[in-house]
Amino acid sequence: MARIATVEQLVARQAALAEERDSRPITLTICSGTCCHSLACESVIRALHRELVQQGLADQVRVRVTGCQGFCEQGPVVSVEPGGVLYCRVTADDARDIVARTLAAGEVVEELLYVDPVTGVRARGEDEIPFYSAQDRVLLGQNRLVDPRSLDDYLGIGGYGALAKVLTTMQPEEVIEEIKASGLRGRGGGGFPTGRKWELCRAAPGDEHYVICNADEGDPGAYMDRSVLEGNPHAVLEGMLIGAYAIGSREGYVYVRNEYPLAVSHSRTAIAEARDRGLLGDHILDSGFSFDVRIVRGAGAFVCGESTALISSVEGKVGEPRPKDVHTVAEGLRQQPSNLNNVETWANVPLIMRHGAEWFAARGTERSKGTKIFALTGHVKNTGLIEVAMGTPLRTIVYDIGGGAQNGHDIKAVQTGGPSGGCLPPSLFHLPVDFDTLAEVGSMVGSGGMVVMDQRTCMVDVARYFVNFLEDESCGKCIPCRLGLERMREIITDIAEGRGRPEQLDLLEDLGATMAATSLCALGKTAPNPVLSTLRYFRDEYDAHINEQRCPAGVCRELIRYSIDEDFCTGCGACRRACPHGAIEGLKKQPHRIDPALCNKCGVCATECKSGAVLVA
Amino acid sequence: MTSSEVLEVIGSRERQPDQLIEVLQDLQASCGYLPEDALREVSHRLEVPLIDVFSVASFYKAFSLTPRGKHVVTVCMGTACHVRGAPRMLDEALGLLRVEAGGTTEDGLFSVERVNCLGTCALGPVVVLDGEYHHHMTTAKLRKLIATVREAEQVVTVNG
Repeated sequence: MARIATVEQLVARQAALAEERDSRPITLTICSGTCCHSLACESVIRALHRELVQQGLADQVRVRVTGCQGFCEQGPVVSVEPGGVLYCRVTADDARDIVARTLAAGEVVEELLYVDPVTGVRARGEDEIPFYSAQDRVLLGQNRLVDPRSLDDYLGIGGYGALAKVLTTMQPEEVIEEIKASGLRGRGGGGFPTGRKWELCRAAPGDEHYVICNADEGDPGAYMDRSVLEGNPHAVLEGMLIGAYAIGSREGYVYVRNEYPLAVSHSRTAIAEARDRGLLGDHILDSGFSFDVRIVRGAGAFVCGESTALISSVEGKVGEPRPKDVHTVAEGLRQQPSNLNNVETWANVPLIMRHGAEWFAARGTERSKGTKIFALTGHVKNTGLIEVAMGTPLRTIVYDIGGGAQNGHDIKAVQTGGPSGGCLPPSLFHLPVDFDTLAEVGSMVGSGGMVVMDQRTCMVDVARYFVNFLEDESCGKCIPCRLGLERMREIITDIAEGRGRPEQLDLLEDLGATMAATSLCALGKTAPNPVLSTLRYFRDEYDAHINEQRCPAGVCRELIRYSIDEDFCTGCGACRRACPHGAIEGLKKQPHRIDPALCNKCGVCATECKSGAVLVA
Repeated sequence: MTSSEVLEVIGSRERQPDQLIEVLQDLQASCGYLPEDALREVSHRLEVPLIDVFSVASFYKAFSLTPRGKHVVTVCMGTACHVRGAPRMLDEALGLLRVEAGGTTEDGLFSVERVNCLGTCALGPVVVLDGEYHHHMTTAKLRKLIATVREAEQVVTVNG
């Protein structure tokens, strides 16, 4: 491919690609993000190509394999343009019908359409599906338009145009002013004003200035950054290029989790191609600006999402945070000024520079501008990646986009912000989701994980889960976090196992306050949030565990007992074969029984039993 | 792993201490774990004190200092998988294979590992077998999956 050495060549290439696209307007778009990949989209892609050849349509139809389109629960999804028909849960066997009926004959394959779980009505396209229509997919919407492994695809939607505009018409200070005016705040969890961070970094003296993209998305239950980096890596690179120009940096790093193999691979491809075509390297677009990016793979440490720990890891060292009396913008990587932003923040930058600060600031609340991507998961009908304007009420997200609870259960809580966040009850679902409102009620936007929990979830168990997680992930450097989490785990284990005492709840609150005040980094400072927020909103569940030795949701093992109802047991043996502990015995077609001495209360039998004979008490 | 194989993995990264994690990642990928000899070689070639090589190798979860099984069952323990029954998947895998989390079966066939989140939260609970993702897992599906691998291994033993 020819190098793009000047702005004129960029504009010409963009125009040629647009013309080529218009000459072959029929496009089949197939999601191939990590989720759809797990759902065997590769076989669908092969089958579609084969059918197109066999039915003589290969020359007329473009097949675009994209990154995550968000509707993960319904994957693999295939859409047909023009017309916007969306097919869900497509298998290789459906390829023939899609090509013959939709592409050749122009009809819709009804049985592949999305069926609304509430009304039972089939929807033809995104605009008829509440999951999509209630969203505002400014950033995520781009994923559907580009093959992440193709720089040309990104150029075809105007990609790198914002960089050209910045390099030819703006001074670095003007770029910073524009970002400040947009009100963009960091999407990684901190919510720090991005323009202000850039300004501080630019002003800091140093031999080198570094820009870093934080793609170490360690929050369990969150995958926004994976999808953006995996689905649209050039948008992240363009954002970093613009940031580097504004800050005065020549060298950048993408720190990405190795647990995200597709994101690693796509960002590598993107960097290599951008370098090949002259969009990374020396004298980019014939300007005086030179910049290059390297990828550093994380190695599985949650604490490396913290800026100083991440920088230490980029240097090849143990990922331990350091005190932040000197900020990384002044002294970061190799003791030089370093500007760290997360994937979603970087990806917003080209949009702001292209459409202007006012356009960006038109969405959102007074102090939280733009849109935010959330990973909506857990006990809702529609799980997947969603993007909404900041300030959208939780209720809209859970019920309109998520479609509400599964299987007629009641929703009990939404956990936001991952291990640093909290659990919010339905009485707070009217609240607008923005940085400040969620922090006021003891949770946080965080990086954007949103796990919906229904009545089958025990809130003491959830708090215990996060404490275990954090104890495991604490780097151990500072005492409040290391020992605080250990004590917290001991107390909460006592409660979950029926040995809790009422005064331990006060102790938990006291311990939480101390950890928040004295821990070295944000991991320890926010670690008590899952415990404190569940104590605040679900104290009755703690009381039941302590005062009645009862787990109301039937989750905490030491407080429940499994048995088999003889009247309902058909003696099919499914539970006996499934029990990993050999605790169930019974003859064929005779009622079975559970040996309490061997049972470890894993609950496998209850999930296997077709006749509802396994009881939990 | 021979010294020349380690050198091949290190490639052009000699005397670059900041490449330690990247080199260990590649060693882990090619060898399945980090043998002591390889770590000594890395220490020597990258010019990083051995104590620092070990502290990095033991700090990060991606690295294993002991050999892993021929097949690796990884259970996602992320929040979304947790509320949809991940602990049951882990129990089932550990019970079936009679190992501790992070351990390897006596015959060296299976290791069972936990991972904090794979970012496929919409499809939970997720179990990965040798790099392949299995979604919406149930204990029954997991048993079948492990049985399939076992059967295939027996065929190999008989024919081999």
